[in-house]
Amino acid sequence: MIDQLDDIEARVSAALDAAADLDELEEWRRTTIGRKGEVQLLTRRMGEIEAADRPTFGKRINEIKISLQAAFEARQEALTRAAHDAEADAESLDVTLPGRRPVLGGLHPSTLVMRRIERIFGDMGFQTYRSPDVVTDQLNFGDLNMPPDHPARDMQDTFYTTDPSVVLRTHTSGGQILAMQEQHPAPVRVILPGMCYRNEQITSRSEIQFHQIEGLAVGPAITFADLKGTLTEFARRLFGHGRGARFRASYFPFTEPSAEMDIACFLCDGKGCQLCKETGWLEILGCGMVHPTVLRNGGYDPEKWSGFAFGMGPERIAMLRHGIRDIRYFWSNDLRFLRQFQRFV
Amino acid sequence: MRVPLSWLGDFVELDGTPDELAELLTNAGLEVKAIDRFGVDGAELPWPANLVMTARVLRVDPVPDADRLVLATVDYGADSTRQVITGAPNLFPYVDQDLGDADLWGALLLAGASYRNPYRDLKITRLKPKKLRGITSDAMLCSAVELGLGEDHEGIILFEPADELPALEPGRPLTEVLGDAVLDIDVIPNIARCASIMGVAREVAALTGAEFRPPSVPLTMDGPPIESRVEITTKNPELNPRFVALLIEGIEQGASPYWMQHRLQLAGQRPISNVVDISNYVMLEVGQPNHTFDYDLLRQRADEYAGGGPVRIVTRLAHEDERLTTLDGTERELRTNQIMVTDPAGSLSVGGVMGGRDSEIGPETRNVLLEAAAWERRGIRRTQRQLGVHTEAGFRFSRGVHPSQALLGARRAAELLRLHAGGTIAEGIVDHYPQPAPDVTVDLDLGYLRRLSGLDLGAEETAELLRRLEFGVDAAGDSGPLRVTVPDHRLDIEGQHDLVEEVCRIYGYDRIPSTVLSDVLPPQRGNREQSFEDRVKDTLADLGLQEVVSYRLTTPEAEAKLLLEDAEPPPYVRLANPSTQDRIVMRRSLLASVLEAAASNSRFEDRLALFEVGRVFPVEEGDALPEERERAAIVLTGPRRGSHWQAADNPDDCFDFFDMKGVVETVLDRLGLQVEFAAAEAASAATPYRAGRSATVLLAGDAEPVGLLGEVHPAVTANFDLEPATGSPVLAAELDLDRILERIPESLQVEPVPVYPEVREDLALIVDEATPAASVEAALLKAGKPLLCAVELFDVFRGEAIGEGAKSLAYHLAFRAPNRTLRDRDVKKLRRRILGQVERSVGATIRE
Repeated sequence: MIDQLDDIEARVSAALDAAADLDELEEWRRTTIGRKGEVQLLTRRMGEIEAADRPTFGKRINEIKISLQAAFEARQEALTRAAHDAEADAESLDVTLPGRRPVLGGLHPSTLVMRRIERIFGDMGFQTYRSPDVVTDQLNFGDLNMPPDHPARDMQDTFYTTDPSVVLRTHTSGGQILAMQEQHPAPVRVILPGMCYRNEQITSRSEIQFHQIEGLAVGPAITFADLKGTLTEFARRLFGHGRGARFRASYFPFTEPSAEMDIACFLCDGKGCQLCKETGWLEILGCGMVHPTVLRNGGYDPEKWSGFAFGMGPERIAMLRHGIRDIRYFWSNDLRFLRQFQRFV
Repeated sequence: MRVPLSWLGDFVELDGTPDELAELLTNAGLEVKAIDRFGVDGAELPWPANLVMTARVLRVDPVPDADRLVLATVDYGADSTRQVITGAPNLFPYVDQDLGDADLWGALLLAGASYRNPYRDLKITRLKPKKLRGITSDAMLCSAVELGLGEDHEGIILFEPADELPALEPGRPLTEVLGDAVLDIDVIPNIARCASIMGVAREVAALTGAEFRPPSVPLTMDGPPIESRVEITTKNPELNPRFVALLIEGIEQGASPYWMQHRLQLAGQRPISNVVDISNYVMLEVGQPNHTFDYDLLRQRADEYAGGGPVRIVTRLAHEDERLTTLDGTERELRTNQIMVTDPAGSLSVGGVMGGRDSEIGPETRNVLLEAAAWERRGIRRTQRQLGVHTEAGFRFSRGVHPSQALLGARRAAELLRLHAGGTIAEGIVDHYPQPAPDVTVDLDLGYLRRLSGLDLGAEETAELLRRLEFGVDAAGDSGPLRVTVPDHRLDIEGQHDLVEEVCRIYGYDRIPSTVLSDVLPPQRGNREQSFEDRVKDTLADLGLQEVVSYRLTTPEAEAKLLLEDAEPPPYVRLANPSTQDRIVMRRSLLASVLEAAASNSRFEDRLALFEVGRVFPVEEGDALPEERERAAIVLTGPRRGSHWQAADNPDDCFDFFDMKGVVETVLDRLGLQVEFAAAEAASAATPYRAGRSATVLLAGDAEPVGLLGEVHPAVTANFDLEPATGSPVLAAELDLDRILERIPESLQVEPVPVYPEVREDLALIVDEATPAASVEAALLKAGKPLLCAVELFDVFRGEAIGEGAKSLAYHLAFRAPNRTLRDRDVKKLRRRILGQVERSVGATIRE
């Protein structure tokens, strides 16, 4: 009887290897190591064995059971995996089909660029100050050292309203006066974003409305060197640390000394190209030390206070930065233009 | 201002390349917009040294059987002379003449070099040898236009040796004689002194340290004295502080010398005749505009109207209703604040702006009265604006020409007329200058200079920088202020801040250090409006809407499209000088802007989800300044979802009223605001919405709405040419952000996370169709207090089962107690109470 055990093990093992799928395997289990299976039933035949051989017989049966159980589990795992694989094959996806994208919204490029500029100056302590679009001639010009018949008025084409003393602001500079008058006698550090208007022909290069961001710092010891340092730092943060900047003398009636800040051309890195009109430089902003008359109009004594101011056009910066050839895109509200700024980083 | 470097070189030594000079000037505030090169390296049409050269014309012969051609023999420095066929009319007078003394020079271009071909639209063309009338022609004598120098193709360039030109030799490369680089400088208002070659030369001298060489203006006066023949009176010295007059007699009009024509062309002026050219030349060189009158005509008028005596020139304000025909042929109505140059017979010219036609010099003029005057800048600017005339003279006077320049300009012009128009200058100068401008002195405090510039310069160093610009400087020791005298060609220095700029400019902006603001940091106030608006924009973009920004200028008609019926337009801020007829008033409606944006995009897209946050400008009748209100406007239309290959086309799945309401709810909820909606009053013609499909937005406890939303009336969408996708309504909303801002809570208050579980129950109620869902919900919440913690509507049903005129509203209810777990019987009791109360309050019955 004991001798038969080896044969039984060999036969049953072979049957296990022959089980082709999980159903056959289950059938094998039921008929072999299952509760009423052949191998389990061997124990019942203990009585047929001589008493002295019984321990050996029992031990051998146990060994067989353990070994078959292990082989079963291994076979079961293999067949399960094979079944899963087969299933997966049947349900495989064409992963190259387009994904289902949520419809995203987005902000206007002017908003995006202005926020970036405002944040940089915000970090330097410049707080946003807003002022009206429709203002008196006095605020837009007179308070800024541009009395009637001042030649600098030729530099800007102004929209007048039917009331000759009221204009659409040509720059946000008038807001400087309001900010100073309101915050006087504390020192001032503000930026003034807003829509401005000029009476121009609408072309790819000029518009009748555009944003401007003006900046103003007034304090007891602010110098032209501070102006250079602050704006150079701004240019580095906006345009990248390697980008060169230069200051050259210029003229604004409300600043003295006055300057323009240029940065090295993005396209040619200063070598000269069409974008920079062969100069190697791109004009970014106008700036200068606040004119004594303007300080006085704001309520500050120019003998004790000084300050600097600057102004820039976010649309112009966006055009240079993003290769936008036509300024009319900005207010055309064409989604084919606006949506491209969902990738603005 | 176009500045030829050869001309500039008359007054200052130039070192370095044109590019270097341009950079130096640009950094100092004389922005060089472009460098135009002629003949020299980098020019569009270069003149190769061995192919384009000066050549002396030795003789001119006729060409047999060719009336319109001549044969010129030229010496161009080679071993033998060369013969050139040309049709130039200005060589014809020299045919068969002895040219021994003429010293006549031309510009010779040999085959292989390129020229601008006047017969081929000025295309750059290479000259090839060809045969003409049996004579081989492999060279040409060039006109100005062929060399890229100007517009003149009347004849070839013919010139004579002159002090203003480098020495002429046969075969000398033409670049050395006529080649040039011209700086195009943007003359901004405060550097009006640089609207002249001399002015730019002064700047170059100051910047490079080279010496400025003012022109020497000798004057040979050997005509009979001007005194007793001409008298000047200025009635308004405040507008006309100085008037200088010289008399030049016996001039012969003709062409000006070639060197002068050449320089004028390079500077952008067309040569006309010697008298006109000299006047322009002096204006460009010195910066002093001047004017020439026909003296004989003035003489005749004096005899006729004043019975003889001297020619009496009077400058005075125009009379009431005075008119003058200016030399452009326009009859101009003058105003009584405009200053005129007159004689007893009437006006001669608009002072400082434009001459009169009748007193202009003509072809027959032989005797010229030359005027060089000073005019007050504001008056000139006003006159130019009033008359709508802008002249080169007016440009300079309106920006300021110092009276000191008048005498210099007059002398220079008179001498050039003598030299190049063959005139004799009458003895004496009439110089009417009753109140000479005093020297201007400004004290410059070195501490102020340091405080403003951030530069630590000593007295001597500062004085040295200023002296380079011809300022006179007296130092009162190292600590005291510098006493600075302003040179007499400048009008732009009013205070010490102006001197700070001059010191910084000459020191070099690029050499000034860059420092970090060390000044005290002002109080940091933030900007609540701005951050709140950013929050609104971000929320809308997060919800999948695209921001647009529109013109704030529009027309009343564009906004009237929002109305269903014609109505009297409201008052607007209106432009007096619009640039285009579709932008004439400041907008009152933001929704009209966004509907316009939607309409223009609807040609390309079905699904539109747009918003704008911006200002509107309502104004009261009679007010000059509007209120400026911040608004948000939103438009939704078309498919609710984006397209995808997997989605079945479902035409019904379009944005509807509740999408828009959900957007508005989310925006306000994210600002921490409790909000209520109420059906808008029966549609009126004053809103663009459909009756029964619009709502007012109310902040909790307010009676006045902060917004309006709804389905746009199809007639209104049609007004805007907005064609929505088939079957899709257009939804719109408008919010008054100023009013909303006032109500935003200062800070968010967090509620504790509940400890005890909630018990959920569903409840379906049948109510009358007219009962708003909001009142049922309010009734439920009120009845369930305090344990009913949430009510959520999950179904609305109408049908036979509940009968006509009624609807079923099904709710998930959630109950919770703060201090214990609720038991079933608690909830059962509460449910009974709720049912009882809602039956009484809103007539609801339970749907079994």
